Amino acid sequence: MLLIPCPYCGPRNQIEFTYGGDATVRRPALDAPERAWYEYVYLRNNPCGPHDELWLHSAGCRTWFKVRRDTRTHDILACARIDEDLVS
Amino acid sequence: MRYSIFSLARNAFSYHENWPLAWRSPAPKRQYDAVIIGGGGHGLATAFYLAKEHGMRNIAVLEKGWLGGGNTGRNTTIVRSNYHLDPNAHFYEYSLKLWERLSQQLNFNVMYSARGVLNLVHSPADMDAAMRRGNAMRLNGIDAEFLSRDQIAKWIPNLDCSDHARFPIMGGLLQPRGGTVRHDAVAWGYARAASALGVDIIQQCEVTGIRIDGGAVTGVKTTRGFIVTPKIGIAVAGHSSHVAAMAGIKLPIESHVLQAMVSEPIKPVLDTVVTSGAVHFYVSQSDKGELVMGGDLDFYNSYAQRGNLPIIEHVVGACLALFPSFGRLKLLRTWGGIMDMTMDGSPIIGKLPVSGLYMTGGWCYGGFKATPASGWLHAYTIAHDRPHDLNAAFTLERFAEGNIIDEKGAGPYAWAH
Repeated sequence: MLLIPCPYCGPRNQIEFTYGGDATVRRPALDAPERAWYEYVYLRNNPCGPHDELWLHSAGCRTWFKVRRDTRTHDILACARIDEDLVS
Repeated sequence: MRYSIFSLARNAFSYHENWPLAWRSPAPKRQYDAVIIGGGGHGLATAFYLAKEHGMRNIAVLEKGWLGGGNTGRNTTIVRSNYHLDPNAHFYEYSLKLWERLSQQLNFNVMYSARGVLNLVHSPADMDAAMRRGNAMRLNGIDAEFLSRDQIAKWIPNLDCSDHARFPIMGGLLQPRGGTVRHDAVAWGYARAASALGVDIIQQCEVTGIRIDGGAVTGVKTTRGFIVTPKIGIAVAGHSSHVAAMAGIKLPIESHVLQAMVSEPIKPVLDTVVTSGAVHFYVSQSDKGELVMGGDLDFYNSYAQRGNLPIIEHVVGACLALFPSFGRLKLLRTWGGIMDMTMDGSPIIGKLPVSGLYMTGGWCYGGFKATPASGWLHAYTIAHDRPHDLNAAFTLERFAEGNIIDEKGAGPYAWAH
């Protein structure tokens, strides 16, 4: 089981959370070229190791936040509010 | 040596101690006409069809571990072609046709068992979707039958078809030619047949880099030295992003863990494959007697080849909702495999934007049943440097072009497919 440290509620069981994917992708400017939108919508680094990702505490405080998690071991390395940087 | 009743009888006289090894294990040569990365079912099938159909004999399969040690040995052995969209329907139906005669072609019993794949229907919306998909399949020449609840209750007595079920069953869409295949035998059968045609199968040889000169591949760096080759096929689903990155290519793929599990072995109780999209569950019984079960992804990026307990609990809960009598069984073993989840739920089989570089991957949940057609089309694409009609739609470029093949209509969320 993943014990996910919600920055607002503290450590909780993974079943309370919804996954939101890669936290490093950034929405391009509205007038950005099509290629930038393609990369934003479809391309991912998909790292084998530390991965910065979004989670939603859907059965708790219903807040989005960031987690840095190792995709090889599932170890959670850091956690941050959505407007903070992950530090680990 | 050809396997037959006579070779079996002959070897019985020497107590089966003198069977030859099924494939050669040579040292890597300095140069090959093509190198396939990945010694699972897809890579070995690619090599076999390159040698068999296209006469390319100076080729190698490089495997970092052992043959079939990845997803080939981790799936739940189901084969079927019950797809709705044309590219998927044509592709998986071609694969099923190859499965039907694979044992004869390879002279290796892969134990294809056409026991049927039944998709249960639990709601009017499910019913509409099943009818629509069943009709689409029949228009594509694929077998599909709709069974009523009474027909299912008579056929599968363990299944709770009563009105009191948690999700009452209204009927089911059956593909009679679907079924199971022994997955290890697929890797071994392709390896043996490819090796007999001169393909070098090199295990314990990890690719660490791809050399590119002037926009074309010129070789691979491996843990057993540099190998010169003008053509490289990548068949490493689960790790496609990782290997494509060696050539500077970013893919529309995320790696996720998918779990499966088996019960203790019991006498025959289930002679088909039962699936339910509504409760995210499927089950069949192996020839050893174990009930082989699976469900959904763990829903977060992972390369760990193991998952977590909440999904196991979900799968077992769904199992007991459908088959209450299985509640007396013990769970024997659970494991996980790493899926290439693409952004539209369909695979990528074709050329990559570097000359001489090809891939077959992005299988999502559907890699095992695709093995023969994936290898066949990957080989065709490598030999001719262009895709066949059957894989022309499965390009990497389709995402940028807007020609996605989204069977579930789930949008660009890799884990949603």
